[in-house]
Amino acid sequence: MTSSDPVFTANLITGRTIEQGVAIEGWKDKQEYIDAAGFVHIDPSEFKTLNVWPGSSVTVKSDFGEVIVRAIKSPYGPHPGIVFIPMGPWANQVVGTDTDTTGMPSYKGIIVTITPAPGKKVLGAIALIKMTTQGGVEA
Amino acid sequence: MRTVTDVVCPFCGTLCDDLEVDIDDAEKICETRNACIIGDNKFMTAQAPDRHLHPRIRRGGELVECTMDEAINKSAEILVNAKHPLLYGWSSTHCEAQEAGMALAEGVGGTMDNTSVCCHGPSVLAIQTVGIPSCTLGEIINRADTVLYWGCNPVNAHPRHMSRYSLYKRGFFTERGKSDRTEIVVDVRKTETAKNADIFIQPEQGRDYELMNALRVALRGEPLPESVAGISRADIEKVAQTMKDSRFGIIFFGMGLTMTRGKHRNIDIAISLTQDLNTYTKFLIMAMRGHYNVAGADQVSQWECGFPYAVDFARGFPRYNPGETSATDILARKEADAALIIAADPGAHFPIDMVRTLASIPMIAIDPHVTPTTEIASVYIPSAIVGIEEAGSAYRMDNVPIRMRKVVEPPEGVLTDKEIIDRIHRRVMELQGLEVPEVTAVKEPAEASAFDGILQRST
Repeated sequence: MTSSDPVFTANLITGRTIEQGVAIEGWKDKQEYIDAAGFVHIDPSEFKTLNVWPGSSVTVKSDFGEVIVRAIKSPYGPHPGIVFIPMGPWANQVVGTDTDTTGMPSYKGIIVTITPAPGKKVLGAIALIKMTTQGGVEA
Repeated sequence: MRTVTDVVCPFCGTLCDDLEVDIDDAEKICETRNACIIGDNKFMTAQAPDRHLHPRIRRGGELVECTMDEAINKSAEILVNAKHPLLYGWSSTHCEAQEAGMALAEGVGGTMDNTSVCCHGPSVLAIQTVGIPSCTLGEIINRADTVLYWGCNPVNAHPRHMSRYSLYKRGFFTERGKSDRTEIVVDVRKTETAKNADIFIQPEQGRDYELMNALRVALRGEPLPESVAGISRADIEKVAQTMKDSRFGIIFFGMGLTMTRGKHRNIDIAISLTQDLNTYTKFLIMAMRGHYNVAGADQVSQWECGFPYAVDFARGFPRYNPGETSATDILARKEADAALIIAADPGAHFPIDMVRTLASIPMIAIDPHVTPTTEIASVYIPSAIVGIEEAGSAYRMDNVPIRMRKVVEPPEGVLTDKEIIDRIHRRVMELQGLEVPEVTAVKEPAEASAFDGILQRST
């Protein structure tokens, strides 16, 4: 990101999609899971503000982390100001741990900034988790 | 070629029980009928050639294959050596495995939690506060003429819910199916479920609580401001009147309420709205449970120790205090020093800081497929798929228990969740110097059709 890149602030919600439901049964280590959950739905009217082409990579960043995903035109608009990432390891890179003493993290209503990430690749689920957790430990 | 009928789908809380599965002479699943795309995929990927069938253990930074005995022994050692182990997941397996898990959690003084904690845990908290007027899905088929989906998207998450139970299905007092029903959808996006609605309400994100309170005001005929949560007074009064005018209404709600600001208070007010509506008509409310047996996990936990989820046995007796004893908070505070994860994938579905904690402690992962959780585990044990390779009990979203069928044998050497948990527990007892009871074989019901009969009556 450079200082001239546009910064787009939005309210992120995460949730289910039918493609994500298919991909979580036996496809989590495959490209299908990336295609199903490694994207962000943005209202079509806001692509100009963001200054990216639909389908290109963007960085979604919150107070809790950041992740590279593909920017996709939302088929469920208009919902300006709201962006959506399917539940999964990509969305959870930017979800915080506070549960308001209920046990439930705030998976919806996360303030994020989105910036273009030209040429950046969306990592696979397992590679992403290994990279962000340094892998597991020996018992 | 043979066909197994009345198969129960082991994916979502709708627990569709009318699937047919064709199996060829080589015992390969070759086709399903009646399943949604997700259910069909679950059956068709069950026997994928690249499915991992051998236990693995972390050595030199990599997961390498090991024997089942080695994996079981190492798992038991991890749990016995831990001061505060976390046993989490349990929602994509049957009640019999959940029951075995409760015993193991008590035996190792661990915390037992299921995926309710990041699903309908807030709903449970609200139900414990204000109760819940609910029913079975069979009642909805036959009676509901107003169906409100609030913060849920069944077209995507419970694909056959609307056709089997809540919207299109023809019932005794709803002979014309959808034509006899009014569908109201409240969502911050115009989802596929919303596109189909007779009335669609699109509130500002995170302001469901205010909107439901406004509906309660409108029901009483009290004055409202021009708009609440971005919804005009006229629209709020229209929805309130539609609900009031119904003969039998139902609110289905999902993560749009439980994960949003307000959390359990959103459900509290949704139930209170339902209770208010019963002044004028019959109205009920139901949580759209996600994992096919997350409702069962709550049930088993309740009948075993009195609490539905987030149960801590560290002091030798069950303690329940979500926010303190919940898996999410324990991981966020880095309190667990070991974990057993089964039938869930927190590696993919917990916030990344919690996953970092999981990756930093000895962790056992039990799952039929490779997931982000299994790949950061210290020990990974592949398991048979309940509802496909193993029979067992599960609870539908309306808390109706349903017997799941077995359609094929699991791959050679692959144990069921219950067998794995029982074997770990027996080894734990040996390490603890306790007397290990003799194994008693669990008898499968002789006539599966006896359960099918119960099933049909329940709907």
